[in-house]
Amino acid sequence: MTRKRVADILVAVLSRPTDDTAAPDRLVALCAQVLPVSGAGLAFMTDEGHGGTVAVSDAAASGLEELQFTLGEGPCVDASRSGRPVLVPDLAHSGPRWPAFADGAHAAGVRAVFALPLRVGGIRVGVLDLHRDAVGELAPEALTEALAFADAATTLLLHLGTRPGGAGLPLQDVAGLDERAEVHQATGIVSVHAEVSLGQALVMLRARAYAEQRPVGELAQDVLNGKVRFGRDDDGRRDPSA
Amino acid sequence: MAREQRLTEVFVELADTLVEGFDVVDFLQVLTERCVELVDTDAAGLMLDDQRGNLRVIAYTDESARLLELFELQRQEGPCLDCFASGAVIANVDLGAAGGRWPVFTEAARGLGFSTSHALPMRLRRKVIGALNLFTVEPTPLSDGQLAVAQGLADIATIGLLHARAHEDQVVLSEQLQTALHSRIVIEQAKGVLSARSGVDVAEAFRLMRTHARRTGEPLTEVANAIIEGSLGAGAMQRVAGSGIG
Repeated sequence: MTRKRVADILVAVLSRPTDDTAAPDRLVALCAQVLPVSGAGLAFMTDEGHGGTVAVSDAAASGLEELQFTLGEGPCVDASRSGRPVLVPDLAHSGPRWPAFADGAHAAGVRAVFALPLRVGGIRVGVLDLHRDAVGELAPEALTEALAFADAATTLLLHLGTRPGGAGLPLQDVAGLDERAEVHQATGIVSVHAEVSLGQALVMLRARAYAEQRPVGELAQDVLNGKVRFGRDDDGRRDPSA
Repeated sequence: MAREQRLTEVFVELADTLVEGFDVVDFLQVLTERCVELVDTDAAGLMLDDQRGNLRVIAYTDESARLLELFELQRQEGPCLDCFASGAVIANVDLGAAGGRWPVFTEAARGLGFSTSHALPMRLRRKVIGALNLFTVEPTPLSDGQLAVAQGLADIATIGLLHARAHEDQVVLSEQLQTALHSRIVIEQAKGVLSARSGVDVAEAFRLMRTHARRTGEPLTEVANAIIEGSLGAGAMQRVAGSGIG
């Protein structure tokens, strides 16, 4: 089961649940170790483009993130913008899409790049970039595993980005358990009532469900029924420094 | 005959949609709606294998169809799941008499007012990627001709998903489904946003979105994105919906 796998990954990278700051580093390291790739990088993405590197597993991954940040082009930029995975099994023959990026990546020894967008519907938090020093596609099983890592990374970045430190939120409990339509509908409602982004609204829902020790789907139902209403001053709002 | 003409129109409409980069959720949404129209049923729902071990509800014509699909997934029981597992058509299930086989599902379906259900596999050769479910209120069985039309629609959906691009099937499929699942979530988020902004419930919000998409010819996912980004307001949608344009 995917959800089980995503939860397993989060448990593995969150060795100390009260301190998540090293979790992204552990996630990219585990990613590079488990998947048939040379390395992995995790980046925040904004509407304007690359929003900064969160974690990298090796120097090449660091170089790739730096290149895309500087040039404003590359697979991760496209993956984030389109919301679709951008799979480039042979960078040298990727066409004229990213001329400067392709040259720079090749010089760093990278031959294949697989960029997976980190999103929950309309909430776009970043990209997981996988790279390899040999050409070739990702096998279906590897892609499935990579997508599970992307789901885990999405939860991680969403919480780290909106609640620095992520203190008190056992991510392994909330990951992937809220696929129900009600949760996404309630996210939309909360974002309007509390005047926050969809990402912040989702985190607020999860945080309150956790604080009240109840399933997030049940809380979402109460939001839909109007029994629970989040206001502008509710907790879980973004930290201005985030 | 008008019916045959309509059938031709629908097949042309669906074929026209299958262009490079087509919107999977929108395509499947239109397909379920046309299926209800052409096959004389009352509700339809469609589930897809997410290629990661889970079946997911991806399109449905109304809340009752979605609830039933979710119900099957949660209870791991129902004709749709059996159809997916076996790849065989399970049609004309008399919900009043099938309690022995699917006790929980039949009770839920009857509770929603349905008398008959049908499950058709989305299959290409040996690969089953999902199932299409139809529900009818009246206890009238579907004819072989009607079932053939429904299966034809399910086949178009399957081929559309599997051959969207001419390379490795499973990678493309995972990618397609990944994108489709997120499009589905965008639609749910937009329902919530629209509902809160215009003071209607989410079912009414969905109806407004579909009406707007139909009248403007925009894909449902685009409408949902515009709502989330704030570029499409509730007022504009209601005005268009109420003005009878299109």
